[in-house]
Amino acid sequence: MVAEKSGKRLNSASELELLCEEIKRSVSARTRTVTICCGTGCLAYGGTKVAQAFRDEIKSRGLESEVEVKTTGCHGFCERGPLVVIRPENILYQRVKPADIPQVIDETLISGRVIDRLLYTIPGTKEKVTYEHDVPFYKKQMRLVFGANGYIDPTVIEDYIGCGGYAALSKTLFEMKPDEVVDEVKKSGLRGRGGGGFATGAKWQSTREAHGDPKYVICNCDEGDPGAFMDRSLMEGNPHAIIEGMVIAAYAIGAHLGYIYIRNEYPVAVKHAEKAIAQAEAMGLLGENILGSGFSFSVKINRGGGAFVCGESTALMASVEGRVGEPRAKYIHTSEKGLWDQPTVLNNVETLANVPLIINRGAQWYSSIGTANSKGTKIFSLVGKVNNTGLIEVPMGITLEEIVYGIGGGIPKNKKFKAIQTGGPSGGCLPASKLDMPVDFDELTRAGSMMGSGAMIVMDEDNCMVDIARYFLSFLEGESCGKCVPCREGLKRMRQILDRIISGQGQPDDIELLENLSETLTWGALCGLGGGAANPIMSTLRYFREEYEAHIIEKRCPAGVCKPLISYNIINEKCPNCTLCIKACPVGAITGQGKKLPVILDQVKCTKCGACYDVCRLGAVEVR
Amino acid sequence: MTLDTRSKAEVVNIVLAKYQNDSSMLVGILQDIQAELNYLPREALEMTAEVLSIPLSRVYSVATFFKAFSLKPRGRHGIHVCMGTACHVRGAEKVLDRFQTELCACAGETTPDMKFTLETVNCVGACALGPVVVVDGEYEGQVTAEKVKSIIEGCK
Repeated sequence: MVAEKSGKRLNSASELELLCEEIKRSVSARTRTVTICCGTGCLAYGGTKVAQAFRDEIKSRGLESEVEVKTTGCHGFCERGPLVVIRPENILYQRVKPADIPQVIDETLISGRVIDRLLYTIPGTKEKVTYEHDVPFYKKQMRLVFGANGYIDPTVIEDYIGCGGYAALSKTLFEMKPDEVVDEVKKSGLRGRGGGGFATGAKWQSTREAHGDPKYVICNCDEGDPGAFMDRSLMEGNPHAIIEGMVIAAYAIGAHLGYIYIRNEYPVAVKHAEKAIAQAEAMGLLGENILGSGFSFSVKINRGGGAFVCGESTALMASVEGRVGEPRAKYIHTSEKGLWDQPTVLNNVETLANVPLIINRGAQWYSSIGTANSKGTKIFSLVGKVNNTGLIEVPMGITLEEIVYGIGGGIPKNKKFKAIQTGGPSGGCLPASKLDMPVDFDELTRAGSMMGSGAMIVMDEDNCMVDIARYFLSFLEGESCGKCVPCREGLKRMRQILDRIISGQGQPDDIELLENLSETLTWGALCGLGGGAANPIMSTLRYFREEYEAHIIEKRCPAGVCKPLISYNIINEKCPNCTLCIKACPVGAITGQGKKLPVILDQVKCTKCGACYDVCRLGAVEVR
Repeated sequence: MTLDTRSKAEVVNIVLAKYQNDSSMLVGILQDIQAELNYLPREALEMTAEVLSIPLSRVYSVATFFKAFSLKPRGRHGIHVCMGTACHVRGAEKVLDRFQTELCACAGETTPDMKFTLETVNCVGACALGPVVVVDGEYEGQVTAEKVKSIIEGCK
């Protein structure tokens, strides 16, 4: 049994290989594994209760030796959580409740029958799908990095080793010279997944060649981009892959100490990373004399304090040093003078998780996936107004249309697609005419947006693009560290102009003024936060100019969002006085006139919260 | 020892000892102190500066730079309304408005009875469930303005 060996220090490559074989054998001895997604999404829907119910029920029936219950990290299909997958068949049950468990055990685990009501139904055709790999959401993906999440209990190192984990580390340490590792990563064409898209191999090489000792490796898990949660899900669901990537990076550049910088808002990620470090150290996969190779590297965890700007490399390093997270001008790259002025490699979580894959399967294989200048896959968080929300991993070069409609299943409530926002607050909004565009680093930049960390927020006809631009500006204004004038002052003035437009006070030359300020900000700001801050304005002006004009000239918000420009009204012919809106109104602005007579909405009292509009099932409330 | 009986000084000392008085761990130190005391009192900042032999201004700058820190006492229940992009496009603004109306407190404020602190957060990384509200560390997904009242009533 594995338990005897686990926790014991591994002193050579062959010991690791033996352990891996042993774990594989013990896994195949069991007939079934039930994996329960305990990513944040599924937890919010009650994932832990489902897992507990499974454990209790399996125990009370004495099935422990045949069925293994495993809680895993995020599977990605958050919309349908809690998710339960029964392996090896890969039967997917969605929206599972603790009350369903006895039936799942009786029918599926014991009698081998599939329970129809727990299966995923394709919305259009009403077809039921039994297996995970047949669900359209998963079928069109290429889950190289993220796929392991569905098989691994992140708190059990043996699960990772059993899936071939740390084999890349062993290969690196015993079969490759540091230069060869750098070369392999360079040849793979891997580019930074955190936003910049800088070539990872080139970064490693310049740090390797930089003078100075000690050198550092930092893993950036500060994921501040609103709308993105892939780093969180990787760190929570498969922390060992990231640690393995870090050790390989350290070996390549010659570092002996590394830091994982994690947002404090991600407590589970912190916990799992801490546990993974302790386990890897105990087994000789991290720390002194790794696998008996003579190479040593240890990792510390640093928690971020909730500042978006700390995703910027120099600001992040300042924060790791225990100072205020303000960026500095990068006349000298951090690869030469980074943390404590020493050569430092800073890689994003997803980038590092790609590294073991490249080492294991070769740069040639890796670079065969993707487009000319963007190799491999990318994890996107597909969220907003789309049917199948969650995390998806797709090869570079897939079109936006395939993502939104093929994987995402289109827009809910038969609404019209309006825009997709990519790249976080420094990205841009792309309109329907760009849906056929292949997604990679260069194409997105050309279209006026960017890859960023991979947030994709879908918007429908009910979203106002001026409001969205204002949202991003006010977000960035709040996050600006205030060190340089273009960012500190520029963002504030631009937000004030947008406030004016939204409140119906827009002036004819406001658009030109916004364009001028955008240009100044792009060229004048000190760091990437300010440099990209004008993108939401510029892209919405480029693709949705008519909405700005409607606000400024006609004093009208076409999407019915901007409060000062709209009013809620009752359509008398449609209102049967059902009183739902009267109960929903928090300020008592709606009164009834008695049976079957339409209700009256007092415009003076109305705060335009939209509660009546949301609650009315007959379409008797309109926004004008 | 329970939290109530532990004095501020004791908490600060325990945390500082845990980090071996390493001033580069200042952000983590302040996070741990806040986790124990629920905010960062002036005395705690002064003590931290003294023990770590760094200027109080540096401790203060870090404590005011990062969003996670509060120099004012917070309520017993923390309500964090996510204002991330995914939540925004699905109506987080309406949810926040309703919380403000129901609690008679603006975002960033604590109710006079010290029961609730209402805060906004820029993204909690549960975007698929938007709009998201985190109540005392528990995630509530797909929150609508209508659900706000029952969420508040659920906090005892």
